[in-house]
Amino acid sequence: MGLRLLFAAMLLVTLAGPPARAVEPSERLADSTLEARARALSKELRCLVCQNQSIDESNADLAHDLRVLLRQRLVAGDTDQQVLDYLTARYGVFVLLEPPFAPLTWLLWLTPPALVLGGGGLLLLRARRRRPDPTAPDLTQDESARAALLLGEPR
Amino acid sequence: MLVEIGHFALILAMLVALVQGIVPLLGALVRSRALMDLARPAALLQFGLVALAFAVFMHAHIISDFSVRNVFENSHTAKPMIYKVTGVWGSHEGSMMLWVFMLSLFGGLVGAFGRGLPTSLRARTLAVQGLLGFGTLLFIIATSNPFDRLFPTPADGRDLNPLLQDPGLAFHPPFLYFGYVGFSITYSFAIAALVEGRVGAQWARWVRPWALSAWCGLTIGIAMGSWWAYYVLGWGGWWYWDPVENASFMPWLLGTALLHSAAVVEKRETLQRWTVLLAILTFGMSLIGTFLVRSGVLTSVHSFAVDPTRGVFILVLIALVIGGGLLLYAVRVPGLEIGNPFAPVSREGALVLNNLLLSAGMATVFLGTFYPLFAEVWSGVKLSVGPQFFDATFVPILIPGIIAMVIGPVLAWRRGNLGAVLRRLSPALIGAFLAPAVVFLFDRTAPPAGLAGVALATWAMLGVLTDLADRASLARLPLRATWRRLRHLPRGTWGYATAHFGVGVLIAGIVVSTTWRSERIETMRAGDSLEIAGRTLRFVGVTESDVANYHVERAQIIAERPDASPMTLYPERRWYPVARSRTTNTAIATNGFGDLYLALGDPDGQGGWVLRAYYNPLVPWIWFGAVLAALGGLVSLSDRRLRVRLPAARAPVAAAVRAVDS
Repeated sequence: MGLRLLFAAMLLVTLAGPPARAVEPSERLADSTLEARARALSKELRCLVCQNQSIDESNADLAHDLRVLLRQRLVAGDTDQQVLDYLTARYGVFVLLEPPFAPLTWLLWLTPPALVLGGGGLLLLRARRRRPDPTAPDLTQDESARAALLLGEPR
Repeated sequence: MLVEIGHFALILAMLVALVQGIVPLLGALVRSRALMDLARPAALLQFGLVALAFAVFMHAHIISDFSVRNVFENSHTAKPMIYKVTGVWGSHEGSMMLWVFMLSLFGGLVGAFGRGLPTSLRARTLAVQGLLGFGTLLFIIATSNPFDRLFPTPADGRDLNPLLQDPGLAFHPPFLYFGYVGFSITYSFAIAALVEGRVGAQWARWVRPWALSAWCGLTIGIAMGSWWAYYVLGWGGWWYWDPVENASFMPWLLGTALLHSAAVVEKRETLQRWTVLLAILTFGMSLIGTFLVRSGVLTSVHSFAVDPTRGVFILVLIALVIGGGLLLYAVRVPGLEIGNPFAPVSREGALVLNNLLLSAGMATVFLGTFYPLFAEVWSGVKLSVGPQFFDATFVPILIPGIIAMVIGPVLAWRRGNLGAVLRRLSPALIGAFLAPAVVFLFDRTAPPAGLAGVALATWAMLGVLTDLADRASLARLPLRATWRRLRHLPRGTWGYATAHFGVGVLIAGIVVSTTWRSERIETMRAGDSLEIAGRTLRFVGVTESDVANYHVERAQIIAERPDASPMTLYPERRWYPVARSRTTNTAIATNGFGDLYLALGDPDGQGGWVLRAYYNPLVPWIWFGAVLAALGGLVSLSDRRLRVRLPAARAPVAAAVRAVDS
């Protein structure tokens, strides 16, 4: 979020409202376990009118409303998953900061491990094919030249 | 009048850049020394003209010449002088000027100090740099003219976005751009080498100092940006995986890979092809970072419509630079030498692993940044890719890299012995098991991820120290001899050790501050107090006053600890009437091992104020670590300068040896 503000400012985009200031004391639930769950959940949810902020970090009015809403659902006895499902049904998958694993996001989630495993596998195969010749000199041409220089001119 | 001179200098610089981009290339083609030699004076002249235009632009900001549209839109007579100067790069036009200034600076530097380069390579490198300069200058003059006039002249300006009126931010863009744009010269070197069809140890030796300088600038730039986000945004976070942060992080990841693979090319004449590709892609990422992300395309697919000229221009420029570079690469790469073979377990092998992980990490960041855009175009579904994605994918990719970072430098070139290396590193290995155990004794509720992080950070830091001790034969020789050995280690070794140790420090900062952070958010009235991390915070009250171009509400808070004298902190809220914008200014008390971090929130209308208090243990280490890493780069750079002269002295001998061989 940090650098974005800088560049947004550079682009003369007026930022809506003051810098974000997160959850307010007045919203807090008395039950501390429930409040801890609410905080954890609010870090997973996007503030829909902000750029890339969770509702935990934003002080936009909508973020405040969502924080209050999710606490109401928790007090009413919803599980964490039920709260997330409820909000996804209302606002779409856009509200989830962690994209779910679905056909649309297979490529997103599977590419990183595929790159590491695939790339690593390819490199290992190639290395097996091109083992260094144990009889070849250990020096590059440049190093041989330097060695020759040192041997040729004993100090 | 002065402004017109600046404008004229900018246009002239564009024409000079065009000449610099074409004539030396032709000269190299027809082997005309005179035409090739034009590259140097052209690069110097282009730099001189751009510098002149930049100085004129800065002057207009300093004297608040509101007849210049950019000054009117981004300045105000009441703005403090330092921000009149640094406000120069606080707007789109101004940051483009800074960008092209850096671009011509690097060309000028190669022109001035590239005497040791072969004429044709220098001519081609400077020509590519000239073409890049021409493209950027054309973009500035055609779509983002900083010297645009206004008539009638307004009485006062609209002021700079208050978020940019901050000392940390004032110097963040120059460093960042030095890094971003610095990689343009490694790109130019790569294109020139592809045209020549030769990439060898010598080429790598020429490229490395430039890559190192750019990398140091980028490292400092990113660290300053993250530090600014930390102290200004008011909830103590320092990295958000935001598109613009990712935009600076992607070239950093590839640039780091480039540094390491160029070292392999220089020392072992292998990985040439890969290194050239990295040089092209690193600058490509810089371009994508500064342009595509800033164009706003990531926030909305439709934002190009706001200013289609700029958007289309940027796309064409990026397509030409990256596409052209990759096309040339595809055509020329079969002609490049295949490097010397090496075993998987060797220093080359470790560096290849480092390159694989850094590149996969970069690809992951790229995918996470751009996926919402792709998904929306394909399916119309709006997706969010938040920090959770990067924590789950990027972090696991980098962990093996950190482990290997300690082992790699201890392995031998060509064929290494992993068992022997681990035995040599056993003190670090023991430390990596002991440190989390000790932490666990103090905090039985510590999460496993935090403990694993402690192990990793200890391994990274102790690993470097163990290697240094080993290289200096600590405990095998008398202390005095060890000291002498340490002093005589090559600068390159000190550079690696400092940088890698810095990474360990950085990881310690990240792990400890995220795992053991405390937070209190309370409504406070005068006389109230709260407890956080063994400290008592007493809220004295809030005073209001008018300063320079803003109105300030300032809270006074006294922090008391049983074993130390009390400290007073003043977190603020500011209101900038001209820019109509509010900022929070946090108060941070640090002792180098932890920050007490206070941010003043909104008043509740009944005499109470929301206070956000955080204790962030070890968080300063994040920036200490980054600074150490950059310092390591500088130390290596000082070694390089000594060595650049060596090949010239050695060349006749090498030639003689080759003559005898054949």
